[in-house]
Amino acid sequence: MSIKIFVSKDSAALSLGADQVAAAIAKEAQARKLDIQIVRNSSRGLFWLETLVEVETVQGRIGFGPINPNDVKSLFDADFIKGAKHPLALGLVSEIDWLKKQERLTFARMGITEPTNIDQYIEHDGFEGLKNALNLDPQAIVQTVTDSGLRGRGGAAFPTGIKWKTVLDTKATQKYIVCNADEGDSGTYSDRMIMEGDPFVLIEGMIIAGLAVGASQGYIYLRSEYPHALKTLNEAIEKAKSAGYLGDDVLKSGHTFHLEVRRAAGAYICGEETSLLESLEGKRGLVRFKPPLPAIEGLFGKPTAVNNVISLATVPIILAKGAKYYQDFGMGKSRGTLPIQLAGNLKRTGLVEKAFGVTLRELLYDFGGGSLSGKPIKAVQVGGPLGAYLPESQFDTPLDYEKFSEIWAILGHGGIVAFDETVNMAKMARYAFDFCAIESCGKCTPCRVGSTRGVEVMDHILAGKDVEKHTTLIRDLSDTMFNGSLCALGGMTPYPVLSALNHFPKDFGVDVKETKA
Amino acid sequence: MEDFVLNPQDYKIINQHILQYQSMPGALLPLLHAIQDDLGFVPEIAYPLISSALSLSVAEVHGVVTFYHHFRSNKPGRHILQVCRAESCQAMGSEMLELHIKKHLGIDFHETTSDGAITLEPIYCLGNCACSPSVMIDEEVYGRVDSKKIDQLISDLKRAS
Repeated sequence: MSIKIFVSKDSAALSLGADQVAAAIAKEAQARKLDIQIVRNSSRGLFWLETLVEVETVQGRIGFGPINPNDVKSLFDADFIKGAKHPLALGLVSEIDWLKKQERLTFARMGITEPTNIDQYIEHDGFEGLKNALNLDPQAIVQTVTDSGLRGRGGAAFPTGIKWKTVLDTKATQKYIVCNADEGDSGTYSDRMIMEGDPFVLIEGMIIAGLAVGASQGYIYLRSEYPHALKTLNEAIEKAKSAGYLGDDVLKSGHTFHLEVRRAAGAYICGEETSLLESLEGKRGLVRFKPPLPAIEGLFGKPTAVNNVISLATVPIILAKGAKYYQDFGMGKSRGTLPIQLAGNLKRTGLVEKAFGVTLRELLYDFGGGSLSGKPIKAVQVGGPLGAYLPESQFDTPLDYEKFSEIWAILGHGGIVAFDETVNMAKMARYAFDFCAIESCGKCTPCRVGSTRGVEVMDHILAGKDVEKHTTLIRDLSDTMFNGSLCALGGMTPYPVLSALNHFPKDFGVDVKETKA
Repeated sequence: MEDFVLNPQDYKIINQHILQYQSMPGALLPLLHAIQDDLGFVPEIAYPLISSALSLSVAEVHGVVTFYHHFRSNKPGRHILQVCRAESCQAMGSEMLELHIKKHLGIDFHETTSDGAITLEPIYCLGNCACSPSVMIDEEVYGRVDSKKIDQLISDLKRAS
C-alpha cells in the first residue's frame, strides 16, 4: 500500500513554495521507486512551519518542517516516509504544543481533510448541523444560534441570532443570505483559510442560515485578491449541488437554496455591509444610510442577512453540538471561540483558535514566540487597519469584546499584527489616514476630506513643524471623523491614530509628561 | 482622442460576455471581471456597448470601473506585480522592499516598464500576513519576500516575457 504524504495547498503554503516541495517529493520518490501518494490538503495554520510535510504512520501523522525543495533529498535519505529522524522532524503533528493548546471548533478539520472532498467532509462530522436544522422550525434554529451567544465575527460583534430574527420576522417573497468574504483587514486570513481549506463548512452554514430566515438564494461576496478561494468555492458548490445539498430541493426537504460566488473588485469599503450590497447590485460601493437595516431592506431591497465567513462557518458546529456546547467556551458576553490570526513581526505566526479570555501576552509570547527580529515588541495592532495600537502595558488584556472596549480598542476580525521597536508610530498614524483617504467611498465629508487633511497634518508633525499645534489639530480632526462619519471607515480611523498618539507621544515629538497627564 | 480602436476579436469577446451576463441580477461587476480576465483591462471604447446592454448610462459604467481599484481601463504590462503595503507587511520591512522594487524597475506605482513586461501596483492586504512581506504576481502570492527573492522573481518574469 502506498504511503500517504500530505502537503498543503493553502495559498500561504503555496506562497512559500509548497508546489515546488510537492513536485520535488514526487520526483525523488519516482527516482527511488518508492510507492507514495501525495495528498494536497488544507493547512493547519502553522504557517511558521510551512511548507509542512506530513507522513501518515500507524501512530498518526508525523511532521517535517519548514521544508524547502532543497531539503527533500535529505528527507528521503533519512527515510522520512517511515517517520525516521531528521533535523526538521517535528514528531506527531497533533502533539505540537502550539496546536495542542488550541480549541479548534470552527477550524476542526483544517489541515486534516482535502478541501473539496465531500466524502471526507461527511466522515469528519460534516452536514450534521444541517441534518439537525432540517428537523427544526426556523424559530428554533434562530433560537439555537441566539442561545449559543455567537456574535458577528467580521468585527462588529452583533449577535447573529438577533440579526437572523429580524430577517425571519420580515415578511417578503424573496430573502437573501449574503456572506461577507471581503476580508480586507491587514493581519487577517481566517476567512481565506476556511474558503480554501474547508469550503463545505461555509456552504453548510449558509444553507442553515437560509432555512433559518427563509432565504432561497445566497451570495458569497469574495475579494478579488483571493483567486485560489474562488476556484475552491466554485468547485465545492458544484459538488454540493451534485450531492443534493444545494438546489431546488435541499436533501429532499422541499427547501430551496441556491448559492453563487460573486467577485469583489479591490475596494476595502465593500467590507462594510451596505456598501457590499451596492456592489452586489452592480454599483459603486457607496455606503447606504441606515435605517433601513439590510435585515429589512437589503439586497435588491429585500430582507437580507449579511454575515461574515467565520460567523457562518461556525453555525454548523452549533447546530450539530447544541447551543450550550458552544456557549460553554469563552468569557463574559464573548462566548465561544475566536480564530485569532498572528501576523507581522512574530516568530511563530499562524492561526490560533482559542476560547475568548486568552490574553494578548499569551498569544504574542506563548504562541507567537516574541518578535521574529528578536527586538522587543513595541506595539500591536489588533482588529485590522481601523484597530487601536496597544503598548506593552496593555498586553495583559484578555480577548473579550467588552474588555477591549474598556481600553478604547477593538477585537475586530481577530487579526494581531506585531511591530518591533524599530516602528515609528507617527508614521503608522499617517498611514492610517492615508489608507482611509485611498479607500474612502467619498459619500460623507468627515471621511473623504478628514482623511486627506489628516495626512497633510501628519506630514507637518513628521517634519517637526509646530508639533503641539498640529497634534491638537489631529485630535480635533479625529473627533469630527469619529462622531461625524457615516460608517466605520472614517469613524474608526481615529482608533489607530489616537492610540498611536496617546501611547507613543515621543514618536510624534510631543512632550511625554504633558500628554500622559 | 482615443487612439485605441476595438479590434474585431475583442469586440466579439465583449459581446459574448454581454450576452452571457446581461440577464443576471447585478450583472455589471461579473461582466467587467469577465472582460478584464480576457483582455487584461476594460477598454473605454466598450463602455457604450456595456451601458446599452444593461440599461445604464455610460457615466455609470465609467463610475463603477473607476471606483474599484481592481478594474483598469488601460492595457497593462504582460505581468502585474502587486506589492502589499498593509500593516503586517510594513512590520516586516515592506517599505524597503517597495523602494527596492521601484528602483530596480525604474517605475513608480501604477506604471509599466518600458519593455511592457511589468505593471507595478500597490495592494492593501493579500491575506498572507503570517508570511509577510508579500507580493502577488498575476494570480500567485509570494511570501517572506526579500530583495534577493524579488530580484529573482523579476528576472524570471522578464525572461518569460
